[in-house]
Order: sequence, then C-alpha cells, then structure tokens
Amino acid sequence: MTAQALWTAFCTIVLREIRRFTRIWPQTLLPPAVTMTLYFIIFGNLIGSRIGEMGGFDYMQFIVPGLIMMAVITSSYANVVSSFFSMKFQRSIEELLVSPVPNWTILAGYVAGGMARGLGIGLIVTLLSLAFTRLAIHNLPMVVLTVFLTSALFSLGGFINAMLATKFDDISIVPTFVLTPLTYLGGVFYSIDMLPSFWQGVSMINPILYMVNGFRYGILGVSDVNPFVSLGMILFFIVLLAAIALRMLSRGKGIRH
Amino acid sequence: MTYALEIEGLVKSYADGFQALKGIDLQVREGDFFALLGPNGAGKSTTLGIVSSLVNKSGGQVRVFGHDIDTELSSAKVNLGVVPQEFNFNQFEKVMDIVTTQAGYYGIPLKQARISAEKYLKKLGLWDKRDTPSRMLSGGMKRRLMIARALVHEPRLLILDEPTAGVDIELRRSMWQFLEEMNRQGTTIILTTHYLEEAEALCKHIAIIDHGEIIRHTSKRELLQQLSVETFVLDTEQSLDQPPVLDGFHCSINDDGALEADVAKGQGLNALFVELENKGIKVMSMRTKANRLEELFVRMVEDNARGEAGQGKVTA
Repeated sequence: MTAQALWTAFCTIVLREIRRFTRIWPQTLLPPAVTMTLYFIIFGNLIGSRIGEMGGFDYMQFIVPGLIMMAVITSSYANVVSSFFSMKFQRSIEELLVSPVPNWTILAGYVAGGMARGLGIGLIVTLLSLAFTRLAIHNLPMVVLTVFLTSALFSLGGFINAMLATKFDDISIVPTFVLTPLTYLGGVFYSIDMLPSFWQGVSMINPILYMVNGFRYGILGVSDVNPFVSLGMILFFIVLLAAIALRMLSRGKGIRH
Repeated sequence: MTYALEIEGLVKSYADGFQALKGIDLQVREGDFFALLGPNGAGKSTTLGIVSSLVNKSGGQVRVFGHDIDTELSSAKVNLGVVPQEFNFNQFEKVMDIVTTQAGYYGIPLKQARISAEKYLKKLGLWDKRDTPSRMLSGGMKRRLMIARALVHEPRLLILDEPTAGVDIELRRSMWQFLEEMNRQGTTIILTTHYLEEAEALCKHIAIIDHGEIIRHTSKRELLQQLSVETFVLDTEQSLDQPPVLDGFHCSINDDGALEADVAKGQGLNALFVELENKGIKVMSMRTKANRLEELFVRMVEDNARGEAGQGKVTA
C-alpha cells in the first residue's frame, strides 16, 4: 500500500472508533463525567476540606491531576478492549484481516481510537474540575506528553487484553482486579510520603504511580518521583506492549485459526 | 496463461493432529467461474480461509494473480474480495458505513468510496437501506450487503463461501444473474455451494474436495460427460398413474406427476419418442432434470469414501 493509502486506512479505523464511542455516548462519555464530579464533590469538597493541605496544595488541587489521569487510563483501556473484542465476537474483525492493512496500522488505528476517547474524557473531566478548583499549569509540555503517552500505553494494554479474551468476562477482569486497584494505590488520593517506608517501596513498583505523579508534576510542580523517570517508564512500557501486541497480531492470536 | 489463484501442496493441520487439508493443488484461470464443491467438513472453507488470510496455513503455497501470500500478501489481498459463509459485519453500523469503511481499509478515500458503494448498493438493491443499521436487514439483504462490501474495492477475484445459503429461490436467481454479469465483466469468481444446481448453472470449472483432498478438478462439461445416463422430465398431455413400460428406457413418475425417462449414452431421443408414440402418450414439453451434477457428486464422494475404507482395511 502507498503512504497515502495507509493514511486513509489509518484514518478509517480511527474515525470508525470515534463514530462508535460517540454513538453510544451515554455508555462511554457520560459515566466518567458523573463519577468524577462525585469524586470532586465528596473527596475534594466534603472530605478534602477536613484533610487540609497535601504536598503544599489544598486537597482538591492535589487530587484533580490524579482523577483526570484515572479517567484517561480507564477510558483509553475500556475503549480498545471493548471495541476490539466486540469485533472479534461479531467476527467483523475479518473485514480488517482480509484487507491489505498492515498489522502496525491496525494497532496504530485502535490505539489512536482509544486515545481519542481517553483524551476526550480527560478534557471533559478537566473542564468539570474547573468548577471546583483553579488549575495553574506548571509545565505544559510535561502535561501533554504524560497524558498522551499514558493514554497510548493503556490503549495498547486494552488491545492485548482483547486479543487474549475469549469471552466477555475476560475483558472486565483486568480493569476490575488489576487496573482499578493499581490506580487507587497509585497516589491519586494521597502522597506516598504518607506511607510507611515498606509500602513506599511497594508503591514504587506500581507503574501507574509514575504516570499520576508525572502528570501531577506538569500541573502542580510537585511529584513523589522524578518526572523524567516517569516519562522513561511510560515510554519503556509503550515499546514493550507495542512489541507484544504486534507479535500477537502477526501470529493471529485469537483472531486467525 | 494467467491464473487468478494457484495453490500448491496446501496443508492445514490443527494442534490436535487433525489434518483439514492434505496437500491440495488447485489452479483457477483468470476470468473463470469456478466451483469448489464437497461435503460438510471436506476442507472448502479452510481452503478459502487460507486464501483470504483468515486461517493460517501449515504448509504449501498460495498465489493470487501471481502474488505469493507469504511474500506479497498486501498485493495479493488488493486483488481479492471475500464473501464469507456467516454474517461478519458490525450489527450496529449502518449499511453505507459498513461498505465505505471496507473501502477505506483498501486505502480508497471516502469520496471515491461513497461513489463505489452507491454503485454496488444500487446494483444489489440495497440503496434504499443505506442508512439502516445492518441488524435490521433481512437475511437475503445481509447476504447482498456482504457482496457489496466485498466488491467495493473492485477486486479481480471474488470468493464466495455459500453465498446463497438460506436465500429464497427468487433472490437466489437474481444473485446468480448479478454474479454472471460480474463474471462477464471480467471478475474471476470462486464459489462454494451446497446447491449443486447453482454450480451447474453458473460455473465453467469445478473441483470436488473430500477429506482434505481434491478428488476431481476439471471443466463442468467434461464432468457432465461422465454421466452414463441422463434423466429427462416430460410433461404429458394426460397425467399418468403408472409409468409406462418402454422398450430400452426406464421410466418413473416424479412427485409432481411428471414422467421421468432415463436415456443412456448413445440412445437417441428419437427412439424414446417412438416408444412414447406407440404407447399413445403425447408429450407437451420436455426438460433435463437439473440434478445431473448432484448425481455425479454423490457418486464421486461415495467412491472416495469406499476407496478410503478399502485402504484402511489393507493397512489394518
């Protein structure tokens, strides 16, 4: 395929993904907006006012970057895992498999689709947060880089989950039992300085901690970890998961007999 | 000679040791209308699945218009349109979106894709349904949608895996006409079907596959010439309760009350009419029974099964 044809194929996949999640917006766009608003009201306003400052900022300001990141992570992951698995389930994935689109373009298209939803949700949650607090951005390139790369990473994770899944239960196991605990324990609601040293060490092996703190650094200028280490970690996992996903695609894992 | 499809020594083995294809060879000429026939589980869909990249092969070579699927997969796929046996489109997407999205996968820009989609949706009688979600279509419409989707990038080789399964007779005939027109315009067509009448009506060449092996690969004409007896259906002026006893011809009455007469190779039809005249039977119209291929197919598959059973006895 020519570069122009590849670009058309890539855009086709991305537009189809955007069409899908906007068509079912009450399932895709509305729930995170409602959930995050509740977090802002309950944790930020009601409980936060009794907690006081954290990391030199009031509690609402402290949790906003983590909550935005949480919404980006779950939405990026959910978009790709549910869309790709549905295509597998309905066998409409065969439309792509018979076409000349190379595997890397298929992967890039799905990841970009996941990012479109993840970043869209991130924007919605950011705008909602402005109703509760003021966000002064400390380092814009860091904010943009962290959120884009994190969204790409979890879109890749969703893709691999969908490739491996054989039934609908399989696409909810990882978000429920892996992603949610790691996100909650990734410093969204607290600074790991508050933890005993043992649990601080344990927290350091949680990759989501690096993403939340990298993003928090970009917005507030404070972080539990070196922000450049955060970026390095995200990039490392992106390369690793992309390699795994491409390998699975070329072997036809779960999609070719 | 240009071949639309060349298959050499194609093997498909599964992890449990089952061998679905045992090294088949097959050639389909450009412009041909080709039928791949066989009983359920013979290996038809596996063969077509490998050609269309939906099934991984275990060995052998496949070339589409000279492009090897191992080394030039993209070029091979550009030439290929696939209509699978089962519905495999997103049930929530609209008809137009399904077809234009497929065109996009082939690198066709949206504007051009819409023109091509309109052309095929109109030809297949689906234009009025272009904004309908695909799940709302009838079974026949869904089959036609899959044909429109497979043609939107104008492939040179169209593969149809049981395209008229579950389709009523009227629609089946209109689909035949459409496919014949496509073939006349230069598209090579390969189909699998359980309706042998369909293969007999449409195809120029036929291969019969059984237990993962090609047991016959020839032209339809040559295949039909093997029939030693041909059956004619005769509508008589007066209905007959009993089949007449004719010298040299076996006769029977079919379910519709028409007379069927078996005419062996070398027997002239004149002799049949003389016999009927002698019995005072007036024939109003006559046609050949349209299951000649079916008779041959059943015979070949049975012969093959007997041969395998025989081999089993020897090796046991």
